Amino acid sequence: MNAAFLYALVGVGLFCIGLYALIVHAHLLRKILALNIMGSGVFLVLVALAKRTGNAIPDPVPHAMVITGIVVAVSATALALFLMLKVAAETGRAELPEERGE
Amino acid sequence: MGDALFNIPWAVILILLPLVGGMTCFLWPKVAKTLGLFTSSVIVLSVVGLAWKMIGNGIYRHAVGGWSSPLGIELYADGLSLLMLAMAALVGLAISLYSTAYFEQSLSLRFWPLWLFLLAALNALFLSADIFNLYVTLELIGLAAVALTALSGGRDALSGAMRYLLATLLGSLAYLFGVVLLYHGFGSVDIAILAQRVEATPIVWAALGLMSAGLVLKTALFPLHFWLPPAHASAPAPVSAVLSALVVKASFYILLRLWLDIFGPLGAEGVADLLGLLGAAAVLWGSLQALRQTRLKLLIAYSTVAQIGYLFLAFPLAVGDGVAAWSAAAYLALSHALAKAAMFLVAGNLLRFGGHDRIADLDRVVERLPITVTAFALAGVSIMGLPPSGGFIGKWLLLEAALVQGRWDLVVVMMVGGLMAAGYIFKVLGYAFTQADAPHESRPVPLSMEWAALLLAIAAILVGLMATEILPLVGIGDPFGTGGVKP
Amino acid sequence: MCISRWLLLPLILVLAAGLGYAVLSLPDQAEGLQKMVAAKMEVSGVSNPVTAVLLNFRAYDTLLEMVVLLMALLGVWSLGSPPPQPEPAPDPVLDTLARLLAPVLILVAAYLLWVGADSPGGAFQAGAVLGAAGVLLLLAGWRLHHGLTGLPLRLALVAGPAAFVAIAVLTMFKTGGLLEYPQAQAGILILILETVATISIGVTLAALFLGARPEHRKKQ
Repeated sequence: MNAAFLYALVGVGLFCIGLYALIVHAHLLRKILALNIMGSGVFLVLVALAKRTGNAIPDPVPHAMVITGIVVAVSATALALFLMLKVAAETGRAELPEERGE
Repeated sequence: MGDALFNIPWAVILILLPLVGGMTCFLWPKVAKTLGLFTSSVIVLSVVGLAWKMIGNGIYRHAVGGWSSPLGIELYADGLSLLMLAMAALVGLAISLYSTAYFEQSLSLRFWPLWLFLLAALNALFLSADIFNLYVTLELIGLAAVALTALSGGRDALSGAMRYLLATLLGSLAYLFGVVLLYHGFGSVDIAILAQRVEATPIVWAALGLMSAGLVLKTALFPLHFWLPPAHASAPAPVSAVLSALVVKASFYILLRLWLDIFGPLGAEGVADLLGLLGAAAVLWGSLQALRQTRLKLLIAYSTVAQIGYLFLAFPLAVGDGVAAWSAAAYLALSHALAKAAMFLVAGNLLRFGGHDRIADLDRVVERLPITVTAFALAGVSIMGLPPSGGFIGKWLLLEAALVQGRWDLVVVMMVGGLMAAGYIFKVLGYAFTQADAPHESRPVPLSMEWAALLLAIAAILVGLMATEILPLVGIGDPFGTGGVKP
Repeated sequence: MCISRWLLLPLILVLAAGLGYAVLSLPDQAEGLQKMVAAKMEVSGVSNPVTAVLLNFRAYDTLLEMVVLLMALLGVWSLGSPPPQPEPAPDPVLDTLARLLAPVLILVAAYLLWVGADSPGGAFQAGAVLGAAGVLLLLAGWRLHHGLTGLPLRLALVAGPAAFVAIAVLTMFKTGGLLEYPQAQAGILILILETVATISIGVTLAALFLGARPEHRKKQ
């Protein structure tokens, strides 16, 4: 067990915290933030475990994958945020209908 | 000349052409409709070309960038990929034809780039055998689908799209986490290489759990189907058709591939039984909910939930006889895509005609829109699983596998599901013959919209009649036998 | 999604424990693809291994990812006019900061792009900084000139993925392999791709921040 695994476990923790927040909170902004935290957790696991190569140079393929993943996550977040604004404008509150007890 | 045609890189065209088309439609909206229709037609031709090439040469493999796996990404196509590509191409052509008439100008210029990018992503997904590449294509599909769902802009569409977006992102993240674990466990993201290296360790079980959960959420298997009915029902009709026919099949395809090559050989029978159980519940629950609906689009959406359940019944049956069960699932996926797309297009026609989609108020549409109602009837034949449709072939193969293995519980589920499907199909058809209490104004429905629906429904029947030609094509590369994706 | 919190918490804890156990079961050392990448670095055209993976070995992923970014913007634009937002009060500090920082950010972006071939850096990092410059300017109230919000803006947005697709098609003709760079030109091709990609990424990120399609703002 070395430092890489510590970071990886933090990543697992972030994933689970984000998942809990996603399900429990009703406000859309919190859900979107929860998804972002989950994403950060996955990326952290990906990058942390890349350090295990045994020499000083980490594995570059996970780093490239994380760059791709971050761009995808940013794109999705942007769309989600704008959609949330539209939902809030149409329905008055930034929540999904059944969460409000409709 | 024949040689030159044979060597055209059909698979690359399948991916790059709709990308170019989408970008061009974005830059010059005026050419959008013609370019979209043209692109869809060329996609169908390219699938034929690829099929021709594969009948001659067997499995198609292309190392992108000249770098073969595990360093690079490889495009890969076998019989199963070919079937999925054909499904996307045929449904895609019909949707493109329908959409040239359906959308008015301002919606049209937003629709075409998104739709063409979605087609490109679907093709890229069916041609990929690299699990990280599959993640990127999956996200592309998800974002395009959400944007298309919200296109009509009303309150229901926006909420449905938001819920869909959250669900699809959660599914992708869970899938990505599985990819991460598999890479760090076995040093590659290529399916063929992983299939060789994988052993039954905690990492694989964790990856199996995560990826299955994520993909099952994206495929809307009961009980994670909550996002599907609102999204599919409130989207514009051609978009609903794409969502039910193609987008949910994309995540199912990935799950199937992973299962065939990586997770299945490990003997995870508990998971297979769980998936089968959830599939059975989906068939019963979805059909029941469909019977209760008063709006046509919601009925069709719940029917999708039920039909997806049938696909998952193949998992426990494949333990005993892989080829039969998986061929059944592939056939069901294909015929459901054709029939369900036809149904949603019919709903769009009825909506355009009468301004509403309340089933009870379908005012004698059988005499006023005969082509449309015929399309619905033919599509219904496939959904119910009556001969000679594609749905019948798929259900027959599943039933046969279940009977041979003594799985009477699954046989009963399939029978009850078929009866309930007959129930909701005939309910709609019955109202199509009756007069509504309050007759209303009607708007004309363009012929291209009616014919697009009818052609899809006819294709669903033809697929059943041509089973003896199609099944050997699915067998190219032996995707369902032991071995799976070939290195 | 109405699951009781008290049922959910133990389930999530079990999930965390399971995943943690799986992660810890991994071997302490695993070289992954590092040696394989290192072996092929000479022919990749750059000397930064991450750039080589992104722009050469797994360039197909990068192509798709550029399309994802464009697609997000298309999605945002297709949602129609944005909800009305209050105009920000004029702020001299923000104004001055924007004027000072924007050129610096652009320079930093250009530097990151150039140095990405040999050290950490590259198209996405540079594009992100460029996008940040755009966001800063938008926050300070700057808007793109009316004449540029139509086709020129769309061209800038599409240039990145279009360049990738164009090079993919050209390499298909030249070497027969999709995105297979001829070895002598690999470095130049990567630089061209990265430059166009940086511009596209920066403009797309700024446009995503703005939210609405510029013409719509004009009509409001």
